[in-house]
Amino acid sequence: MTSGLWELVLKGIWITVQLLVFSALLAGAVSFAVGIARTSRRWIVRFLAGFYTEVFRGTSALIMIFWVYFVLPLAFGWQLVPMWAGTLALGLTYGAYGAEIVRGALNAVDPAQREGGIALSFTPWQRMRLVLLPQAVPEMIPSFCNLLIELLKGTALVSIMGMGDLAFSGNLVRLALQQSAEIYSYVLLIYFVIAFLLTRLMRGLEKRLKAGIGRDPGTEAAARELKRAQTTGVGAASGGAA
Amino acid sequence: MTWDWSAVGDFMPHFWDGLLVTLQALALGSLISFALGLVWALLMRTPTRWVRWPIGVVTEFIRNTPLLVQLFFLFYVLPEWNITFSALTTGVVAIGLHYSTYTMQVYRAGIEGVPPGQWEAATALSLPVRRTWTAVILPQAIRRVVPALGNYVISMLKDTPLLMAITVLDMLGEARLYSQQHFQFTEPLTVIGVAFILISYPASLLMRALERRLVR
Repeated sequence: MTSGLWELVLKGIWITVQLLVFSALLAGAVSFAVGIARTSRRWIVRFLAGFYTEVFRGTSALIMIFWVYFVLPLAFGWQLVPMWAGTLALGLTYGAYGAEIVRGALNAVDPAQREGGIALSFTPWQRMRLVLLPQAVPEMIPSFCNLLIELLKGTALVSIMGMGDLAFSGNLVRLALQQSAEIYSYVLLIYFVIAFLLTRLMRGLEKRLKAGIGRDPGTEAAARELKRAQTTGVGAASGGAA
Repeated sequence: MTWDWSAVGDFMPHFWDGLLVTLQALALGSLISFALGLVWALLMRTPTRWVRWPIGVVTEFIRNTPLLVQLFFLFYVLPEWNITFSALTTGVVAIGLHYSTYTMQVYRAGIEGVPPGQWEAATALSLPVRRTWTAVILPQAIRRVVPALGNYVISMLKDTPLLMAITVLDMLGEARLYSQQHFQFTEPLTVIGVAFILISYPASLLMRALERRLVR
């Protein structure tokens, strides 16, 4: 491969990383907003949040991307820049999965903690911020780590829409060189390295957060594995008691 | 926003064709992933690390890289090595292989969930290894993991649209073809989006019910 082609791949990596960061931020915001809304006391808030998660978890991420690219401009006259269209589709879809993680972790906090907050006459927002979230967030990290890897794999989908990410640059190099084994091996390897770095990052984060509340990281891995399909981008069924 | 019901009507014949292809890919992909995942899980329990280590690395690699690029790899690289499959076969193999690395983890969790007393009892009865697995361990392990496997079938369903990228005419492939020929994007894409929800939501309810019954 020539240096010009490598430059193309580097540009692809940059776009993939950008898309990953933006859509992870959006997905994170959506997860917490919708996940917390699902534990609300008002039934209408719970219902709307549940409806959102079921709709976005029910369809495929690729169909959402097609929808945002083709239907949104025609139906509503919103022509989005490709980067933001990709971010929107991925962030909303994976945010729906993340909402299940947040809801499961909030429900798993010992009810006595919430009652303690009520006894101290905390407002609901104070209870969430000072009592529930600090205990629930460390429990979410392993699931969010899996979800982040799924999101990384999901970013490859935008290449179908012609956005110049890593997978797309792989296709361009294949067309230029008329041979595919080499370039696709490199592309897969690069995705694997990014995924590996993300896993390391999340594991470090988990360790720090769990040290803050005096727990050991990495327990109950087997139990989590059976729930994985439900709590990450590769699953559909609703979480139940995650 | 304009919604044209006649376009929906025109699209429906194509939709059924696409649905059939999607379901075919899903059924075959599930079979491959269930079988292969069990093979990986059992190989991961062999005593020698010369088997465990390569299998662990390869499956970790497949699980952490995008299915889309794996599809491209199989679709474009295999013909260079003079192995040619139809696009659908390639897609089924790719999906089955990709998801076998997930089902492997499920089987592993299921096998580890079998109480140690069961192993000890099998040893006490001096059952041969083969019989220990087929008559004692696997029946209990698989019972526990059926709902988790079912959830992976649902996620496989949502990954079948990727086959469109290697020219398979599944639901999304049909919708894209129709959209480009008639320049009507809204209706076909919305129809298949709704179809996915209509299939996967009841399926997920079914899995939840199954989970309540089988896993106690």
